[in-house]
Amino acid sequence: MSAQFVQFLLTGLTVGAIYALVALGFSIIYNASQVINFAQGEFVMIGGMATVWFAAAGVPYAAAIPLAVAAAAAVGLALEKFAVEPARGASVVTLIIITIGASIFLRGLATLIWDKQLHVLKPFSGDTPIVLGGATLLPQSLWVLGVSLAIVLALAWFFGRTLLGKAMLATSNNRLAAQLAGIRVRHVLALAFALSAALGAIAGILIAPIAFTSYDVGVMLGLKGFAAAILGGMGSGAGAVVGGIVLGIAETMSAGYISSAYKDAIALLAMLAVLFFLPSGLLGRRGTERV
Amino acid sequence: MLEVEGLACRYGRIPALKGIDLRVAQGELVSLVGANGAGKTTLLRALSGVLPTWAGQVRFEGADITALAPERRVRLGIVQVPEGRQVFGPLTVEDNLRLGGYLRRRAEAGRALERVYAMFPVLRGKRSEPAGTLSGGQQQMLAIGRGLMAAPRLLLLDEPSMGLAPRLVEEIFACVRSLKAEATTIFLVDQNARAALAIADRAYVLETGRVVLEGSGHDLLSNDQVREAYLGL
Repeated sequence: MSAQFVQFLLTGLTVGAIYALVALGFSIIYNASQVINFAQGEFVMIGGMATVWFAAAGVPYAAAIPLAVAAAAAVGLALEKFAVEPARGASVVTLIIITIGASIFLRGLATLIWDKQLHVLKPFSGDTPIVLGGATLLPQSLWVLGVSLAIVLALAWFFGRTLLGKAMLATSNNRLAAQLAGIRVRHVLALAFALSAALGAIAGILIAPIAFTSYDVGVMLGLKGFAAAILGGMGSGAGAVVGGIVLGIAETMSAGYISSAYKDAIALLAMLAVLFFLPSGLLGRRGTERV
Repeated sequence: MLEVEGLACRYGRIPALKGIDLRVAQGELVSLVGANGAGKTTLLRALSGVLPTWAGQVRFEGADITALAPERRVRLGIVQVPEGRQVFGPLTVEDNLRLGGYLRRRAEAGRALERVYAMFPVLRGKRSEPAGTLSGGQQQMLAIGRGLMAAPRLLLLDEPSMGLAPRLVEEIFACVRSLKAEATTIFLVDQNARAALAIADRAYVLETGRVVLEGSGHDLLSNDQVREAYLGL
């Protein structure tokens, strides 16, 4: 393996981990409500921008980051309560258009509260690169990979081991039966939006020291996360992670070996290819249920 | 225990129930028979609160519950085993059962789980398998077991024998009888009118959203109208 290849691989993993977090957000909301939330990218933006804002006001990272995540979760709850919930019973397409509207609104709001400048967040643990097999790795990349891994494990535990997590899965599988079992499906929906928003915000905070942040950073990251979710299979948690990683690596490799001009096209090509040839994605649900 | 007065429901502008009056007393097994589309499932969904009530009143143990949310009714002990079983297919058998006890304390739910496994030993053997892979009869047992996990005081059973082989139908009705023997109050809807009437203390006949007949199960079984319309005699 050449040092160059290792370099691309490490960069790809870092970017992929961010895509995976955004894709998980898409999947959680999709599972709970069948809605594809195109405001997912704005949660990423809010995470990064709010942290920059709090940090500029002198709040230490240890407090600024939880505050920014909480702010994004609150926006997620508000989105559910004031935009999605009132339209309950509307078609899924209508709900998706509502989320597109919400994303435009949130971007506009961000330019009012903050500005249209690019901002950079200071790396969490300095910027002395770590040399690894001829390639270099920023300490921030370790943060990205470590936190992403911890989140994936925490989500696996939540959905696999806790009754609340299983109640969320049950609600997405059969809303009527969930109601009859005494599960408050509206709370499940609200929880899904808050959780997705928090995941998006964490992704936005982790990547901000590497890739800058601004009011419109969510457009591209949201799109990439969406592509990753489609690639892995919309609604599948493992699929979102695999889709994110695969997409991140594919993108970095093509940028390195072919041309960085086509980097963003890779995500869209991958998404189209999946939709044409494997509509349920790499790890999506295939019909195995007896009815 | 349950009193329904003038209950009306609509799907959009289309009336599905046009003023239902009925009651179920503590410890009774009351059956509801009627043709497809008569409104049987609609009535049960309104009783569980998953369908909004258009007019009328539902009282449970004297308290007005007409506007109560579904989970509050479950907490009161009004538990429904829905038509078509509606198990959580991708989740395991045991997860399905545990979700049935979602509102109960962990220790209580654990004891209830043991009772359900004692009642349906086949479920214990399949506890780690996805519910979607069970046979129809096993899914029905699972659906009933999930309902029992919620500690029902009034159990609403919607078409428990639908689509099952005769031997399994017999098994399900035996299970309903044993629940009645344990003093669970049961409101049963079944297309198998003969069996549903034979097992009932009292019964109602529903036609196009109205109660057209009521009486003891025995009386309705020998009623000429019922014999002709629902028993094919």
